[in-house]
Amino acid sequence: MTLTEKVLARASGKSHVQPGDNVWVNVDTLMTHDVCGPGTIGVFKREFGKTAKVWDRNRVVIIPDHYIFTADSMSNRNVDILREFAKEQDLPYFYDVIDDPSGNWKFDVEKGQLKKQYGSRYTGVCHTTLPWKGHTRPGEILFGTDSHTCMAGAFNQFATGIGNTDAGFILGTGKLLIKVPESMRFFLEGQLPVGVMAKDVILHVIGEIGFDGATYRAMQWEGPGVNSMSMDDRMTIANMAIEAGGKNGIFPCDDKTISYVRERVTENGTKNTFDPVEIDSKQSFVYDKVFDLSKLEPTVACHPDPGNRKSAKELEKVTLDRAYIGSCTGGKTSDFLAFAEVVKGKTVKIDTFGVPATTRVVQDLKETVWNGQSVWQILESAGVRLTENASCAACLGGPVDTFGRLNTPMKCISATNRNFPGRMGNKESQVFLASPYTVAASALTGHITDPREFLS
Amino acid sequence: MAHTVTSPVYVVHDNIDTDQIIPAQYLTLVPTIAEEYEKLGSYALIGLPDDAYPQRFVPENSTKTPYKIVIAGRNFGCGSSREHAPIAMGAAGVEAVVADSFARIYFRNCVATGELYPYDSNERLCDILKTGDIATLDFDHDTLTVNGKTYSLKPLGEVRPVIDAGGIFNFARESGMISKA
Ligand code: SF4
Repeated sequence: MTLTEKVLARASGKSHVQPGDNVWVNVDTLMTHDVCGPGTIGVFKREFGKTAKVWDRNRVVIIPDHYIFTADSMSNRNVDILREFAKEQDLPYFYDVIDDPSGNWKFDVEKGQLKKQYGSRYTGVCHTTLPWKGHTRPGEILFGTDSHTCMAGAFNQFATGIGNTDAGFILGTGKLLIKVPESMRFFLEGQLPVGVMAKDVILHVIGEIGFDGATYRAMQWEGPGVNSMSMDDRMTIANMAIEAGGKNGIFPCDDKTISYVRERVTENGTKNTFDPVEIDSKQSFVYDKVFDLSKLEPTVACHPDPGNRKSAKELEKVTLDRAYIGSCTGGKTSDFLAFAEVVKGKTVKIDTFGVPATTRVVQDLKETVWNGQSVWQILESAGVRLTENASCAACLGGPVDTFGRLNTPMKCISATNRNFPGRMGNKESQVFLASPYTVAASALTGHITDPREFLS
Repeated sequence: MAHTVTSPVYVVHDNIDTDQIIPAQYLTLVPTIAEEYEKLGSYALIGLPDDAYPQRFVPENSTKTPYKIVIAGRNFGCGSSREHAPIAMGAAGVEAVVADSFARIYFRNCVATGELYPYDSNERLCDILKTGDIATLDFDHDTLTVNGKTYSLKPLGEVRPVIDAGGIFNFARESGMISKA
């Protein structure tokens, strides 16, 4: 069996499953956020009754992160709906924006977008929060009401996005009926050359198989190239399985996985037992291909879909209005450090927005010091508009006052993961997806730029 | 339920993602609140670029669409897991989408909510039909008839009874999988 089949077999109490089987799985963790949480709670109450209790309060994680720093009153209300529910159900893992459990969330427009407006429990983007707060574990099943839930596949688990109705069903029963997907294998060899990042790997692969090339399928990553990657790199890759239509992305478990997970579950006091799935000698794949990492180049997905692949070099003539670094896939500490490596001591030429994925990233950037300057200061002195308000921000457009949102037609290069028309706001805009290196180099020149010019 | 539906069709092409079906700024509406459900209908497909789709799907100041059948190309509903996507279309009065292919989560959300029938076509109908063509969709025979020509559709199979029941919960109750609330 493939890694995905093994996790699903175990979770459904079977010794063997194969693609196409419909199985009821026991869910280890259910995650929801401010956009789909209120609807999920609505479904749960409608179907199980007003006084119903969730199946297991320790397995429900609620992370407000999408529409937080906005004056939009409906958005603020949605965070309040989550708080109400967390209180009623006595949920230990609700990462609230404010500290007062009986308060109401209201964004303070006067204070502005850049300065911190959250309490001590707030974390930021859900998919980046889950591993940090010790909710991802090898061999487990995670569902989330968000398509990039597949990011947790980096941790050797089956993780995928679902809708509110399915999530409401899980809240009441702890189970879900799912179809076992066929698996595709991406076998990585070699090492990434200077200037090429995990983001380039996934953009290259999606370009190869097409934006619907993995529809209904699992994307399994293997090979020595995977072992050499950090957990952050694996997250970047697993995150974008959905951009090829994939049901999930999954990585093997190695020492890096184990030590990362152990550290986080210990730090947060979350469940500390887990049982990874190992690679079988017998696996069958519907697609199996070797990729040599050393041959890859800085890659860009052009408007209007993540499969529209070009090399950064080919696009040097494309002039830009804006650069953006942030999101679950591109707003991690390692992403900002890569970005800072390129822009340090220089000045950006176009409007450049930086939104850390989590509050931890904000802290990391302030505490990491290079030659007497914090990375936060380095970025600010380069002219990057950085906010302390970690969230999804303009990655998905959102309400019109969202930080960094494209409110007029423009061309934007972005370290995020999705570039369908209208994704970052204005539907006539064009978004180009690229690695933090490429976004940084392009921010410096004002046109799409191969970052290797700026790296030794 | 009616076994046929006759309506003008609305034709879209490949890769219509969930941001085009229901743009992110409208996701503040909570589908389980009745007024907000209705409101979602008024924004169905409002994210389609105006130059490619000059004809609005839902007329201004209305919550309902005149197009009960949507014809689409490949990968309809790709992108986010937002259930608001099939719900907005269902709230606007869409009964079925007939596409070359569907993205996984969108398809699943259609079934789970019972909002509409996601039919796979056998031919690339988005290149043959035009917005405004009058079509009759026959749910018993899995066919679409337009301008005197009948096109066969792929039968919905095991998901059909779930949508007929009105979604996964009704289906699970009817079949005894979960107890009646
Ligand atoms: S950062 Fe973007 S892709 Fe990630 S969860 Fe938020 S909106 Fe989705």
